[in-house]
Amino acid sequence: MTAPLLQADRVGRVYGGGLLGAARTVALDDFSLSVGAGKPSVTAVVGESGSGKTTLARLLLGLTTPTSGTVRYRGEDITRLSGDARLAYRTDVQAIFQDPYGVFNPFYRVDHVLTTPVRKFRLASSRAEARALIELALRTVGLRPEEILGRYPHQLSGGQRQRTMVARALLLKPKIIIADEPVSMVDASLRATILGSLRRLTDDLGISILYITHDLATAWQVSDNIIVMYRATAVEAGQAEAVVKAPAHPYTRLLVGSIPQVSQTRDWLATEPDLQRPEERDAACRFADRCRFTMAVCHTDRPPLSRIGLRHAAACHLHGQHADLAAEDLNDVLA
Amino acid sequence: MSGAALEIQGLRVSFDHPLGLLRAVDDVSFTLRPHERFGLVGESGSGKSTMALAIMRMIRPPGHIDGGNILLGDTNLATLSGDAIRRARLAGIALVPQGSMNALNPVMRVGAQVADAMRDHGVSVSARAIDALMARVGLPAGTAQKYPHELSGGMKQRVCIAIAICLRPTVIIADEPTSALDVVVQRQVMRTLADVQQDLNAAILLIGHDMGLMAQFVNRLGVMYAGRLVEIAPIAEIVRKPRHPYTEMLIASLPSMDHKDALRGIPGLAPLLRDLPSGCAFHPRCPKARDRCTTERPEPRALGDGVLAACHFA
Repeated sequence: MTAPLLQADRVGRVYGGGLLGAARTVALDDFSLSVGAGKPSVTAVVGESGSGKTTLARLLLGLTTPTSGTVRYRGEDITRLSGDARLAYRTDVQAIFQDPYGVFNPFYRVDHVLTTPVRKFRLASSRAEARALIELALRTVGLRPEEILGRYPHQLSGGQRQRTMVARALLLKPKIIIADEPVSMVDASLRATILGSLRRLTDDLGISILYITHDLATAWQVSDNIIVMYRATAVEAGQAEAVVKAPAHPYTRLLVGSIPQVSQTRDWLATEPDLQRPEERDAACRFADRCRFTMAVCHTDRPPLSRIGLRHAAACHLHGQHADLAAEDLNDVLA
Repeated sequence: MSGAALEIQGLRVSFDHPLGLLRAVDDVSFTLRPHERFGLVGESGSGKSTMALAIMRMIRPPGHIDGGNILLGDTNLATLSGDAIRRARLAGIALVPQGSMNALNPVMRVGAQVADAMRDHGVSVSARAIDALMARVGLPAGTAQKYPHELSGGMKQRVCIAIAICLRPTVIIADEPTSALDVVVQRQVMRTLADVQQDLNAAILLIGHDMGLMAQFVNRLGVMYAGRLVEIAPIAEIVRKPRHPYTEMLIASLPSMDHKDALRGIPGLAPLLRDLPSGCAFHPRCPKARDRCTTERPEPRALGDGVLAACHFA
C-alpha cells in the first residue's frame, strides 16, 4: 500500500506545563487520521470550542508543531521536507479559514490574493494566461469574475469573499482542502451555497476535504464521514449517516438533540438533559461529568474506541461488548 | 388600551448619509402580546437589530427614529424624554444584547454589575438578593464574586439575562442571544430564558437569523427584508405553509436533519439600502417575480389564520 497523501500519526499537542508550572492543557491527544487515501471524500470533524478540531487542522497544515507523533506528507515528516517536496506539499494541501474578512488586506484589490499564488508558484507564463486561470477558478465556485476582480474587499459580501478564498485554493489544483469553519461567519442563507460549491470540488474535481465545524447539521449534509471530537479525542466516528441517525456516544446524542430544527416533532427545550456536575478532572472518560449513563468503570478506565459497525465506532463503555478499534486505525471506519 | 405588551406602529428608522437618507427600518408594525414569544428573522442588514435598538431608544446619530410609535402599555417610548426613557429601560423593557462577551465590564465583579444596574434605578439590593438572582438564571453559587474572564460564554450570557430581569420588566428583547455559543449551551441558555419568562410573566421579542431556533422557541414570527416586514404568522403556520417566497427560501436554506438533499442557498445578494430595487425589494431574487413586482410595492395583507404577508401573489 502506498503512503497516504497526508497523515496524522498519533499526534498530540500539549500547551503549558513547562518549567514555570503553568497549567497543562491537552489540545489534542494521540490522534491518527489519513486524508486523501482512496476515493475522494468529505470528512467532517465536529466538536465544540476546545475539542481540538482546530488544533488538528493547524497540525495538518504545519502551522503548529505536534508535541508528540508525526504529521506526514507522502510518508515524510512535514517538518523535514526537502525544497521540492515542501513546494509539492504547499501545493497539494490548501486551507480555507473561518474569517472571510481577516484574510484580505483592505488596501489591496481582491485580485491580489489571487495573483500572488499564480506568481509565487509560477502557475502561468503570461499575464493573459494568469487572468484566464483566475477567471476559471472564480467561475468554478459560482462567482462572476467581472463582479469580483478590480474591487476592494469591503465591496464584496461575506459570501463572495469566502468563495474567493475557495477559488484561491483551487488555483493550485490541490488534492486536499482543509476548511476550518468556512461558513460560521456568513449568513445562514449563504452557507448552503458555499458548502454546495465545496461538495462539488470533491465530486467533480476529486479533491478530498476535511471540513472542520461545530455544526453537525451542515456536516451531515455535505460529508461522507463524520468524526466527533470531545476534549481532545475522537469520541465517535464513521459514516455520516450512521453517526447522525444512530448516534452511539452520549455526547453525540446530546449534540444531535440540541440542534434546533424547523420540524416541530419533539420538545426541543425539554429533551436530552445535559447534566452539569462539577468537572471531574481525574475521571477516565472525559464526558463522565456530563453523562447520563456514568458507571463506576467510567471513573477508572479510559474507554477505547469500540467498533459497533462496519463503518461506525464510538469510545464509550456502553459499547464495550464490541471489539476494540485502535486509535491509529480510525480510518478503517471511514469511507 | 390595547392590552398588548408592546405595540409597534409604523416605525421608521433612518440614517443620515452623504447620499441622502437611508431608511434601515421602514414602516414596521407589529404587536407583542402579553406572555408571548415573538421572533424577528432576517439576513444581516435586514434591519432586525436596528429594530431592537430603536425599541430601546438606543439608536445613535447619524441614526434617528423618524416616525411611528413604540407603545409599552400606555407609554409611547418613541416620544419619551431622556430621563423617562432611562427609567423605562430595565424596569419596563430590557435588552439581552448580542455578543455577551463584550457587554460586561471586564474589571468589575459580575455581581457588582447587576447591583449597579439596580442602584441606577434607585433600588438598593442585598448580596443575598443578587445570589438569588444568579441562581434563578442557573448560575452556580459564588458566580457573583467572579470577573467576566473567569466565566464561559454561556455563563456570561446568563449574567446578561440576570441584569435584564433584575427589575422584572414586562418585555424582554433578546438580540441573537446565543449566536456565539455551541448548540448544547444554546439550548440550555434558551431554556433559562423560557424559565425566567414564565417566572416574570413577561413577553419576549427574539431577534435572530436561525429559522430552526425560531421554530422551536417562538409562538409567532415576523420576517424582515430590506427594512420591511414581509410576513407575520403563527410559527406552526409559517413552517407548514410559508406565504412569502423569501420566507420559503429562508426555511429551505436551513440544513435539515431529516432528509439529505442538495443544499439550496438564496441566490443573489441582500440589496443595499442606498440602492433599493423598485417595487418589491425582493423581486431581483424572487423566482415568482412578474412585471408588476418591479413597479408596485406590495403592502402587507391579512390572509386569514393570523397570517400577514407582503407579496402580490401570496
